[in-house]
Amino acid sequence: MKNIFKSSIGRKIAMALSGIFLIVFLTQHFLINITSVFSEDIFNMLSHFMGNNPLVQFVLQPVLIAGVLFHFVMGFILEWQNRKARPVTYAMYKGSKNSMFVSRNMIISGIVILSFLVLHFYDFWVPEMDYKYIQSLPEDPNRYYEELIHKFENPVRVGLYCLSFIFLALHLVHGLSSSTQSLGTNNKYATTIEKISFAFGIAIPLGFCFIALYHFFIHF
Amino acid sequence: MKLYLKIWRQKNSQSKGKIVDYEIDDISPDMSFLEMMDVLNEKIIDEDGDPVAFDHDCREGICGSCSMFINGEPHGPDKLITTCQLHMRRFKDGDTIYIEPFRAKAFPIIKDLVVDRTAFDRIQQSGGFISINTSGNTLDANTIPIEKENADKAFDAATCIGCGACVASCKNSSAMLFVSAKVSQFSLLPQGKVEATDRVLNMVNQMDEEGFGNCTNTGACHVECPKGISLDYIAKLNREYVKANLKK
Repeated sequence: MKNIFKSSIGRKIAMALSGIFLIVFLTQHFLINITSVFSEDIFNMLSHFMGNNPLVQFVLQPVLIAGVLFHFVMGFILEWQNRKARPVTYAMYKGSKNSMFVSRNMIISGIVILSFLVLHFYDFWVPEMDYKYIQSLPEDPNRYYEELIHKFENPVRVGLYCLSFIFLALHLVHGLSSSTQSLGTNNKYATTIEKISFAFGIAIPLGFCFIALYHFFIHF
Repeated sequence: MKLYLKIWRQKNSQSKGKIVDYEIDDISPDMSFLEMMDVLNEKIIDEDGDPVAFDHDCREGICGSCSMFINGEPHGPDKLITTCQLHMRRFKDGDTIYIEPFRAKAFPIIKDLVVDRTAFDRIQQSGGFISINTSGNTLDANTIPIEKENADKAFDAATCIGCGACVASCKNSSAMLFVSAKVSQFSLLPQGKVEATDRVLNMVNQMDEEGFGNCTNTGACHVECPKGISLDYIAKLNREYVKANLKK
């Protein structure tokens, strides 16, 4: 058992498990963010809880960051190994005849998502850490909504976020169904899983786009 | 038909290859692709050139020898066939056709379009034997009941001819479809279950040692497989591999 993650199948299983973990996180992130559209108070309450609960802050947050780093590092390792497996490329290669564009370019959508995460951390996580642990300002349970709408006043930022969400959709459309295949899900469910994967991959990023655009236009 | 061919020429495994242009006339649409290559080679020989080396044997889609990457796809543009079953009526007069070898680090080029696919042989050898008594008191195979569904799935897996189109089409040069078929054709049957744990561990280990890439589930292998081996077998291989690791 200890050698499983040294094998190609083991690495893919690790990639799938970390991907599914990130999908679960993404779903809860979306469910909290969407409340900002309906209720400032509920959004503030949930954000305050997530920002101050010790279990979330000191257990789940480090696990999440480790999960993100693992998924990206493993993705780059797999890509490097895959490129090594074909040192001389074809003069003509028609990938579009046998596979989806998104499935062949997960590394590209992944790199765009990584770049977005740098921006996202700079926008929200770094100021949060600064507020709580560097400046040690008194806790204000009502500050989160104001901070959110302030960030989405800038059209360039909203544009970059929406562009990143498109790449996130491209990544998820293949990522979820691919994860279940790597985990060996019985293929009698394959068609259903592919449909769910496609619907989820479009719905969640579209929802994030909606939140960004909603706050931009409503407070324009 | 007049055709413009762009063919990968490489003297041996050590030399550097390149695409060489050829023009060929009077090709009948009724010719098979390999017959067209034969005509080209006769023309090259008449001009005192070195004929294009390519693999072929049965020329009826069974042996898995022919291995050309034609116009960006293994075995050419048609599905569920091998190169020898491809006919020139699939092309038009004046077409340009790229002909390359199957490319993978684990399939080193021997000459021109001929690649060394013994990595597949070594993977199969690593799978080992099945415990069937063949030296006296042999049981009739029909005395062992096998579910129809499993018998069909095992047969489908066994139709893999080991041509390597899965590796050639995969953007990562992964051999997962081949290995999954070879593992499943035994593990689905009672006779193959006894050594199933060691078989899957050894075959996956050998696959990794040969330098094939990782599977990213693009599905290209299944689409290009001349025998239509399903992706189901890759999911089954993943399951069996995890189960085998849990047992060990």
